[in-house]
Amino acid sequence: MAHQTNLLAFRDAPRAPEAHADGGRPARRPVAHGFVHSKEAGGAVDGPGIRYVLFVSGCPLRCQYCHNPDTWHMRKGKETSVREVVAEIASYSGFLKRAKGGVTITGGEPLTQVEFTAEIFHAAKAMGLHTALDTSGYLGKRVSDEMLQDIDLVLLDIKAFTEETYREVTGVELQPTLDFAKRLSALGKKIWLRYVLVPGLTDKLDEIAGLAAFAASLGVVERVDILPFHKLGEFKWEACGKEYKLANTEPPSRELVEKVRTIFRSEGLNAS
Amino acid sequence: MNVYAREPFDTIDELTAQDPWRGFLPGSWTREIDVRSFIIANVTPYEGDARFLAGITPRTADLWEKLKVQLKAERDKGGVLDVDVSTPASITAHKAGYIAEDLEQIVGLQTDAPLKRAIMPFGGYRMVKNGLEAYGFKADTSLDKVFPKLRKTHNDAVFDVYTPEMLACRKSGIITGLPDAYGRGRIIGDYRRVALYGVNRLIEDKQAQLKSFELATIDEEVLRAREETAEQIKALKELVKLGEIYGFDLTRPAVNGREAVQWTYLGYLAAVKEANGAAMSLGRVSSFLDIYIQRDINEGELNEAEAQELFDHFVMKLRIVRFLRTPEYDQLFSGDPTWVTESIGGMAIDGRPLVTKSSFRMLNTLNTLGPAPEPNLTVLWSEHLPKGFRDFCAETSIRTSSIQYENDDLMRPYWGDDYGIACCVSAMRIGKQMQFFGARANLAKTLLYAINGGRDEKSGAQVGPALAPVTGDYLDYEDVKAKFLPMMEWLARVYVNALNSIHFMHDKYMYERIEMALHDRDILRTMACGIAGLSVAADSLSAIKYAKVKVIRDERGLATDFTIEGDYPAFGNNDDRVDDIAVWLTETFMGCIRKHKTYRNAMPTQSILTITSNVVYGKKTGNTPDGRKAGVPFAPGANPMHGRDKNGAVASMASVAKLPYAHAQDGISYTFSIVPSALGSTDGDRVDNLDSLLSGYFMQGGHHINVNVFDRETLVDAMEHPELYPQLTIRVSGYAVNFIKLTREQQLDVISRTFHGASN
Repeated sequence: MAHQTNLLAFRDAPRAPEAHADGGRPARRPVAHGFVHSKEAGGAVDGPGIRYVLFVSGCPLRCQYCHNPDTWHMRKGKETSVREVVAEIASYSGFLKRAKGGVTITGGEPLTQVEFTAEIFHAAKAMGLHTALDTSGYLGKRVSDEMLQDIDLVLLDIKAFTEETYREVTGVELQPTLDFAKRLSALGKKIWLRYVLVPGLTDKLDEIAGLAAFAASLGVVERVDILPFHKLGEFKWEACGKEYKLANTEPPSRELVEKVRTIFRSEGLNAS
Repeated sequence: MNVYAREPFDTIDELTAQDPWRGFLPGSWTREIDVRSFIIANVTPYEGDARFLAGITPRTADLWEKLKVQLKAERDKGGVLDVDVSTPASITAHKAGYIAEDLEQIVGLQTDAPLKRAIMPFGGYRMVKNGLEAYGFKADTSLDKVFPKLRKTHNDAVFDVYTPEMLACRKSGIITGLPDAYGRGRIIGDYRRVALYGVNRLIEDKQAQLKSFELATIDEEVLRAREETAEQIKALKELVKLGEIYGFDLTRPAVNGREAVQWTYLGYLAAVKEANGAAMSLGRVSSFLDIYIQRDINEGELNEAEAQELFDHFVMKLRIVRFLRTPEYDQLFSGDPTWVTESIGGMAIDGRPLVTKSSFRMLNTLNTLGPAPEPNLTVLWSEHLPKGFRDFCAETSIRTSSIQYENDDLMRPYWGDDYGIACCVSAMRIGKQMQFFGARANLAKTLLYAINGGRDEKSGAQVGPALAPVTGDYLDYEDVKAKFLPMMEWLARVYVNALNSIHFMHDKYMYERIEMALHDRDILRTMACGIAGLSVAADSLSAIKYAKVKVIRDERGLATDFTIEGDYPAFGNNDDRVDDIAVWLTETFMGCIRKHKTYRNAMPTQSILTITSNVVYGKKTGNTPDGRKAGVPFAPGANPMHGRDKNGAVASMASVAKLPYAHAQDGISYTFSIVPSALGSTDGDRVDNLDSLLSGYFMQGGHHINVNVFDRETLVDAMEHPELYPQLTIRVSGYAVNFIKLTREQQLDVISRTFHGASN
């Protein structure tokens, strides 16, 4: 019989990234550490395929419906070295490639730790992995063109389409996000648009229609995900001792979600 | 290999005037019994998608409704509908039985009525009586005169030869689930031979084999071979009679698709009439049958709906295979499983996929008839399988949670391209290999024995050798490891010797005549040992090494509890510090097993598989140094302990994939549960992502995976309202069960497992 074939060789994933060469890019001082909230090897909803998802801590927004309020403060994360994260990604790189996935950095807001995020994306690209940045876009100015070269896809979360609503939801202004979206469009960078639908807060259909038209005008939005509001994070607000304003808000009806998708579809967008 | 080759015979049947082999390309299969050669020469791989499939026909729907009424009646009666208490089962003991004769395209039942169980006293008469009593039936006292006075049983024989040490291990539960009171199973007859060759040809071959045992020296080994071959011939003759009971002439080969299914099924039916093996697997029949069905379609004799109907009616029969078991057995293997495992897909050595339209049809029974635990549908996965098939598998998995996957790319180099899975994860070349099923040894308890100098942590009895126990207040890794090794050596010795005793007696008193008649003369036998509690043992050693584990001793001086100071890396997080320990345990225990002489020179192997017995193993094991409390279930199979795999699905898979198949050739079982929303936001995403997960896992060297896609809430609701979920099927460590048929304890165990993507 066929016996003792050494199939173990298949799974000898590299322990560290092999290609680290900076392809002629200007030298920059590497950041050694960042603050990490958590990580998940095997995410399937934050970008294409099966992904290594890094949740960094720190966020300037204070969204009413945030389901991870425990990621707001950067220093509450675990101090983690770039080397450590990169070695871990390397151990999954074979799997992630085979599983048509890659690396997603989310948070919190990854751009609060823009250097840390950039370092990791750069190393992931060097491994040949697909990269996705999940961001509100509010700190988009911090992203250099050089960093964008290491990002294949931006999961852009536009939380409302008027300054008034945006401020009510997030506590900050909308314009930086729109500016970032236009910049991505100009650079031809792919976007998956995300919109959290909260009854009584972000369900104004005319506002949504405005967003849909804007998204369509960008020409780079591959996909729109309508995320129905849920209260799975409510317990975390209590744990943080914060008041949860949406305690009495119910998830949107199936019909409403479908209606909102239709608005995006009518602009020729692929909404799901 | 077969001893009797002859020229292709004149296959024209006088009655049907049809050549059964018309249109088939010849090969070595025309000269000798060689089903693989037939498949390779004649299979039509299908590379398309599932759109060609037909739905359920009115006739099938009608039949299935009738059967569902009976299945409900069975559940309502507490699990057993009816038993023929006075007729010991055999291939020909019962007259023909039907669900609804006018509707059935494929016929044959184990007894004369559906879901009526037979008694099989040759394994052990006491178990039969216990089983009858447990379900409210009365034993036929006339059999008391026969068993065991006139006819000794397997069970009596094993207990005649068990040593006190074996009995002590059995009692303490350090070895559990031994097939000493029930059929060992895990033998797959090549039932396809019945269809391809007809029984007359198979008898001729066996007669030639008998002749080949007319040797100069007739010693014990030769005598056994002669007796077994003679028994096989008798069984084949009884198979012909079984055919007659249902009005078929099995002496000749099948001439069309319907006959091919019927002939194959009757071969299998004969096996489940005669043997009550724990696992009575079917083999790898779908693509074999496809050759006949495709020929019928080409000849214009069959359409797609009729082809699906043949599979639906065949599968309905496989869904109602039943054995009379005792409640103790049910504790080990819950949900009345029979492991009618059918292996689907895989690749041929020549690089072609062995996926046919009938691979789809077989899986499609989960759509036409709805989900079910049996037959145990097992997809042999390769990254080279056609995309259309992979998508259909993923889709069906997501909808039904009824499919398991095993890594064909990993197994093909070992077992070729005509192996099947017996039971859950045991690969064997069909008709050329069998195994001596050996249940499993409890590694976690063995570790406690090492700490306590061979004394049982629960009873205090000296079960293992009285070696020096650990004496300090804190466990020291090197010290514990040094004590663990001789304890594993001891256990492996007792374990293999117990298995030798069991299988010697099983061959003698409960020989699987018809299954072995559908094997070659010379076969490979494996001694299939197994381990339970791998992740508990690995985590315990990790805790000892990377945290501080303090021993708490009771008044008997036994270490019965442990406190852990600090954190330790747990198996299931892709952390080499502990994963390496799990690998070391696997290789080391296998090394211990390999040192012992096995019955019939079987090749020693082991599995990392518990089925549902992880609950019983947990019950029998005290507090462990990883922090697991006494009585808490182990993780099933090779799974990380519940809730300790915290870095996501891929990390968990990566740890399991490190376990070396070379040292666990009987299989490594991993059960994976994910909530639908974590798999993707759209149906299309979910299919793609499940396919991606499987590709990634198998590429890393993972051997087996059960896929469950549902919410924990669904299970909780099913516990409360079982009547609403008669067909809710879940995959548990190598097989599928009806969730509502599990004991409450096992249901809670399943619910407590890690669900990826859920907030735990």
